[in-house]
Amino acid sequence: MAEAYKFELVSPERLLVSEDVEYVVIPGTEGEMTVMVNHAPVMTTIKPGVVTVKFMSGQEERYVVFGGFADILPDTCTLLAESAVRVADIDRADLARRIQEAREDVDDAKDDESRTKAEAFLAQLTTLEGAILPA
Amino acid sequence: MASLKDLRNRIASVKATQKITKAMQMVAAAKLRRAQEAAEAARPYAERMRTVLANITQAVSGSDAPALMAGTGKDDTHLLIVCTAERGLCGGFNSQIARLAREHTHRLVAEGKTVKILCVGKKGYDILRRDYGKLIIDRIDLREVKQIGFANADAIARRVIKLFEDGEFDVCTLFYSRFRSVISQEPTAQQLIPAAAPASEDGATQETAGGAVYEYEPDAESILSDLIPRNIAVQIFGALLENAAGEMGAKMTAMDNATRNAGDMINKLSITYNRQRQAQITKELIEIISGAEAL
Repeated sequence: MAEAYKFELVSPERLLVSEDVEYVVIPGTEGEMTVMVNHAPVMTTIKPGVVTVKFMSGQEERYVVFGGFADILPDTCTLLAESAVRVADIDRADLARRIQEAREDVDDAKDDESRTKAEAFLAQLTTLEGAILPA
Repeated sequence: MASLKDLRNRIASVKATQKITKAMQMVAAAKLRRAQEAAEAARPYAERMRTVLANITQAVSGSDAPALMAGTGKDDTHLLIVCTAERGLCGGFNSQIARLAREHTHRLVAEGKTVKILCVGKKGYDILRRDYGKLIIDRIDLREVKQIGFANADAIARRVIKLFEDGEFDVCTLFYSRFRSVISQEPTAQQLIPAAAPASEDGATQETAGGAVYEYEPDAESILSDLIPRNIAVQIFGALLENAAGEMGAKMTAMDNATRNAGDMINKLSITYNRQRQAQITKELIEIISGAEAL
């Protein structure tokens, strides 16, 4: 049995999770990572994706996050999400709206740099949609 | 002297007013609880944000700091974001915020600075329009919004950052009312841009990292440049939530006073009414008795 690891998931509107967990899978911008106790201190930004939390009880919960960043310390991990919803509660229409907005951003982009950024964001969103739709 | 009928009508109308103010007070009390809960729920995020920001500013040396943090190096054009309520009937709540903003504007104008005002909420706009109508560049209406979400704050933050990037202003200050308690709200001015670097708590944050140095993914600069706009949104969000709670608190107090005043007025009117009624009865009796004696 793995050691307990303190994990907090906060969105600007509220505190979603503050519990001891076995591990969390975080969709970092530079790749997914599984974080467990005694992880080296890392600070990373997050791309839109799914955060998987394995609680000490063995229960697993998945949350959809739309960007944000994670502050990882050996004994705690704090995930500051721009917005976070449980996968079960996700609103398809809301996701579709975000994708639509991202598309408009791509069309509105004035220079190459912002277009690349917008396109990357759109791609992440569509991957996310693909990942949670069958669920 | 008002007739008995007039007095009766007045009492009835004051009673009706009292019912309305009482209902408004109860609605405000219920809304206040919700607003307070929302403000409290938002606090953990803001706190963590501050810690993280304190950590990361230590890592990034001063010269590399993004413009939003360092400022433009000038102090010529000021943007004031004035957050007020959408509705009145809440005592001095809106006028207090507006007064603080007006004093600030007055001082800046006297110093020869350019001032631009962005109004969030209808009431502040109504008050400031009279004196500084020309300085108001825009107003943001949150009338349709029932429960303020982060998206609202984010939209405002984006506007502000865009204005900053276009070189429209050098310094940005946020005006709102800090919620201290149900009966006390304190109008506050808070500088948003350039962001004052939050002081880390005596380097304690570094120690929690077990002495180890943070690794940054991607690098510290890009995280910081991603984080600061978000921090601005978080601060605006916090201000809006505090405002919402404060507005409801002020409204509750104002309506409580109004209800009490109406009660006093009813009492006074009832006494006058009863006295007059008595006087009239006495008068009638005297008429009857003196009539009987005359016979």
